[in-house]
Amino acid sequence: MDEKVLDKLKVLAESAKYDVSCASSGTSRKNQSGGIGSAAGWGICHSFAEDGRCISLLKIMLTNYCMFDCAYCINRRSNDIPRATLTVTELVNLTIEFYRRNYIEGLFLSSGVVRNADYTMERLVRVVKDLRTVYRFNGYIHLKSIPGASQELVNEAGLYADRMSVNIEIPNEKSLQLLAPEKDFQSVFQPMRYIQQGVLQSAEERKRFRHAPRFVPAGQSTQMIVGATPDSDKDILYLSSALYRRPTMKRVYYSGFIPVNEYDNRLPALKQPPLVRENRLYQADWLLRFYQFKVDEIVNDAYPDLDLDVDPKLGWALRHPEQFPVDINKADYEMLLRVPGIGVKSAKLIVVSRRYSRLGTEQLKKIGVVMKKAQYFITCHELPVRTINEVSPEAVRQILTRKAGRKKTDDRQLILQFREES
Amino acid sequence: MTVFVYDKTFEGLLTAVFDAYSRRSFPDLLLAEGEPFPLFYDEAVTICTDDAKADRVWKGLQKKLSATALSVITVTWLSELPEVDVLLFRYIRKAIDAPRTIELNFGDPDVLEVSKIWKKVTNERLRVIQFLRFQKAADGTFFAAVKPIYNVLPLTLPHLKDRFADQCWLLYDLKREYGYYYDLKETTEVRFEEKEAHLLSGLLSEELMDADEKLFQQMWKTYFKSIAIKERLNPKLHRQHLPVRFWKYMPEKL
Repeated sequence: MDEKVLDKLKVLAESAKYDVSCASSGTSRKNQSGGIGSAAGWGICHSFAEDGRCISLLKIMLTNYCMFDCAYCINRRSNDIPRATLTVTELVNLTIEFYRRNYIEGLFLSSGVVRNADYTMERLVRVVKDLRTVYRFNGYIHLKSIPGASQELVNEAGLYADRMSVNIEIPNEKSLQLLAPEKDFQSVFQPMRYIQQGVLQSAEERKRFRHAPRFVPAGQSTQMIVGATPDSDKDILYLSSALYRRPTMKRVYYSGFIPVNEYDNRLPALKQPPLVRENRLYQADWLLRFYQFKVDEIVNDAYPDLDLDVDPKLGWALRHPEQFPVDINKADYEMLLRVPGIGVKSAKLIVVSRRYSRLGTEQLKKIGVVMKKAQYFITCHELPVRTINEVSPEAVRQILTRKAGRKKTDDRQLILQFREES
Repeated sequence: MTVFVYDKTFEGLLTAVFDAYSRRSFPDLLLAEGEPFPLFYDEAVTICTDDAKADRVWKGLQKKLSATALSVITVTWLSELPEVDVLLFRYIRKAIDAPRTIELNFGDPDVLEVSKIWKKVTNERLRVIQFLRFQKAADGTFFAAVKPIYNVLPLTLPHLKDRFADQCWLLYDLKREYGYYYDLKETTEVRFEEKEAHLLSGLLSEELMDADEKLFQQMWKTYFKSIAIKERLNPKLHRQHLPVRFWKYMPEKL
């Protein structure tokens, strides 16, 4: 370990930072005797970078030399950037020493493609194998699968990694081919399928033999770039929801496009990464995974893009005033989840608490319901309030999107809505 | 107004519950010995902490509440907030008096308040686990100092013991001036009579550091800098996730 590794670390971290995923959740593993580390099922963030993103894993590339020339990628062959390669020992040492100091939860390893997919994959597998078997590392390992790697190598990697991922990057095959001539959907979905097969097979074996090895216990994830191609939110979310229907897909990440290769005119010139759109996509993603929404309720042919002013759940509620108001003391859990201002936690608290006594607005406030939003969509056992049906969806929308800081208008005052002429 | 005076221990609180039921008078105020009394009060009772009584109350609670709710009580106690004993007294009393468990009745202000404090304490525990930074000393011991708001060190031990099983470490609470030392077998509570510099500042001086320690801190700093995407800087979110009070002890923020 010396100054040279320091320089390499800098170069390779710079190259790896555009991967969004940093989750360390999904596996629970106790320390096995003589080993180092453990995995806590819920994941732990050990630091936060100055862009506000969590640093849970040592996110690094084995090498940033790459033979591919993907237009959106910083490491593309035609870019003139500093290149470096870590040796297996250097990387393993770095991981262990960082881990011992409680800097990280584990390793997120990816690599540029050198020579061919299998050669690269083999070297990645060697790192994780060494970590697990020689150094008895029980921490979290997230391994990127190289597009086009063979099934044997994926199968071996899966025995040591907690999570594996293959990035789709572009949600539409035609655009992908345009931007990344060496890739196609086949080369992305094939390794995904291998991982899925491995997981299902191992689950089957573990039913019969309790100690059969686990295979990628935290499932797989993927990532899509938002805003690099003209794809609508509908395209993106339909693809995500199709992926979530697969048994092992745990997370789809959305990465607001950052023009790292400004000279490439196949890509749009953006001043700012589309952060609000990215945020709305994540909110929609949460609705799919935790709020029991169907994808066509969030986006469909009539509304192909998410509304940037209001969150997708409020957007749905404003389009469906006939579903409201919801009676807090009677409605079932699924319907409570659909009320803007009530999240999973508050919905659960409401369901268990209302067995003891009926709940009023004061209690809802204390439980954590955002009454500013929720008041238009609920009734409880108190005097009737002005719900969305009395106020009209347009007015609710206007009230809730009103910028803070502007002079408050009196809520009791009658507001006349005029449609804006365009 | 009835005032109970006790020794501010958890067993003392449980004894107070026992005595209150046997006297059939319940306190409006719980005071530590030596604390000033309010101007007007009807009765002052001094509680002598008795493990047998405390044990009986705890056993009684076990019949009324689930194991989760019991751990909520002990964790809430570790918050060391000034009013927490009165709150827990009311909670325990409600639990004993109610015909069925009250632990899920979040419409009740006391139950909700206890669960909120519990949440705060467990959050602080998580932050300590997240942000504590070990520094390797020349003798091979890993040293970390923290200054948590609540007394959460005991809650972090199972996790740390499991994770850092093959290294000696010392975790020190600068605020409460005690710590835990792990010697590859078990953890023992330690207090130091004489405070060396690192027990006051929380950071090892360079003479005490292992030869490679400086380099790894440097590497971590470099990594931390290069992993941030410049186009997306968001200092507000950064501070929200990584509270400033931890920065003093984290090499990447020094």
